Amino acid sequence: MRNPLSDKAVALKPSGIRKFFDVVNEMEDAISLGVGEPDFDTPWHIRDEGIYSLEKGRTFYTSNAGLPDLKKEICMYLKRKYHVSYDYHTETIVTVGGSEAIDIALRAMINPGDEVLIPQPSYVSYEPCAILADAKPVIINLKAENEFRLTAQELRDAITDKTKVLILPFPNNPTGAIMEREDLEAIAEVILEKDIFVISDEIYSELTYKGEHITIASLPGMQERTILINGFSKAFAMTGWRLGYACGPEPIITQMIKLHQYAIMCAPTTSQYAAIEALRNGDEDVKQMRDAYNQRRRYLMHAFKEMKLPCFEPFGAFYVFPCIKEFGMTSEEFATRFLNEEKVAAVPGTAFGDCGEGFLRISYAYSLNNLKIAIGRLKDFVERLRKEQQETK
Amino acid sequence: MREQILQIIEKNSRVGIDELAIILGAEEVDIANELKKMEEEGVICGYHTLIDWEKTNIDKVSALIEVRVTPQRGQGFDNIAERIYKYPEVNAVYLISGGYDLLVSLEGKSLKEVSSFVSDKLSTLDSVLSTATHFILKKYKDHGTILGKKHVDTREKVMP
Repeated sequence: MRNPLSDKAVALKPSGIRKFFDVVNEMEDAISLGVGEPDFDTPWHIRDEGIYSLEKGRTFYTSNAGLPDLKKEICMYLKRKYHVSYDYHTETIVTVGGSEAIDIALRAMINPGDEVLIPQPSYVSYEPCAILADAKPVIINLKAENEFRLTAQELRDAITDKTKVLILPFPNNPTGAIMEREDLEAIAEVILEKDIFVISDEIYSELTYKGEHITIASLPGMQERTILINGFSKAFAMTGWRLGYACGPEPIITQMIKLHQYAIMCAPTTSQYAAIEALRNGDEDVKQMRDAYNQRRRYLMHAFKEMKLPCFEPFGAFYVFPCIKEFGMTSEEFATRFLNEEKVAAVPGTAFGDCGEGFLRISYAYSLNNLKIAIGRLKDFVERLRKEQQETK
Repeated sequence: MREQILQIIEKNSRVGIDELAIILGAEEVDIANELKKMEEEGVICGYHTLIDWEKTNIDKVSALIEVRVTPQRGQGFDNIAERIYKYPEVNAVYLISGGYDLLVSLEGKSLKEVSSFVSDKLSTLDSVLSTATHFILKKYKDHGTILGKKHVDTREKVMP
């Protein structure tokens, strides 16, 4: 038989920590700090609207780009929250989660050999999506001393004459870093000067704990070169509904709709109806969840300070990214021992890029009570490791 | 800060001042002062425990009683409400808009105890015109908390 496989698919690196994930999922009594989704249920009025749409028999395809009513709500929301105006008809597409939007945005914009800049640590799918779009991914290693923000200098150093797109993943998974207005202004200057485009993944935008989230698309000259990606998963606790969206210049969105049409047809209809309700009446839910995350975030920062685990204060998403370099182990070794000895799962920083080495991603999408138990065990573990180090000296 | 404190302690009155200070990013002394002020102002009226009595072997019967009354000149409903809320077995008394005037929440040891309260004490009050007693058969949710169901986390344990 001939080889049935595509060389491109085979050449994609499998997620480096799959093995670790498998071990965790088999360990039944393990508690976890490793999830990447909210612990809240989708607010009931939103679920109710999804159920209602099913009862009414709204079980058909929607138009490829999404329900017009939903697209209108999305544009009003972006205007109200982030002060950017998009035409719902020509500049907006509803996608299957933010993930699909990342994929089709890259495929709509990339020619073979174009370079895509990917700041890391960051979400795992940017690099493979870029490769599948025939781009050459170029990694920018973000630094703890900059609180994992992207600096203008780092950006400038990475740009070549082949650079076409910068992926901008803030608020960031896994570090929790955000980009404030002056950070964005600094990189926007470079972006404009070098004439490159931005795919801005703002899926965690509602989970910002210092001022308001700023989208780079709202800066002068940037909207025409930015694809803004957002979605419902994190803001409204709707991960399983698989619903996101992208807004941007009409020529790019038109191509994205074409790719989406052939690959996906349309985003799930039930989810689209529920999402309309989320945008119309969900602001209070979002606020309550954000307040709860913020309380947990403060609790974790306090706990790390007490156990003297270095960690910059992150102001976004629901992750903290403490440094574990003092223990002389790799992130994966640390995470594996922590799992085996304390039965707590946390994701090694290296899952999000090589420069995540020496860090651990801890999610606070857990109730405060659960966090207390898990952090108590982390404290025991850290103390034990320090004692071991003392003894070997 | 006041609103945030109240939101937290409404759900968990056992939370310590130290923890409140950490999760709200405030100083302990400020939290303590605010709590004290709210107690003095009567904003905070007590620190209660939510109990699912069904899970104990202590018998309790609760009822909601709709009461229609004649309001008194110059006093409105206040006098009669006071007469009713002074009974220790009465949990709550609300003035209600609509088809009746007062809603009385009552807790007794037995059906008999509750009914005798209604027939002997409540109905015999001068200004009470009529009562309708509703016994509570099952509490599904109380004070914002779903009773009897344990939350199970069905999320994937690790996800990038």
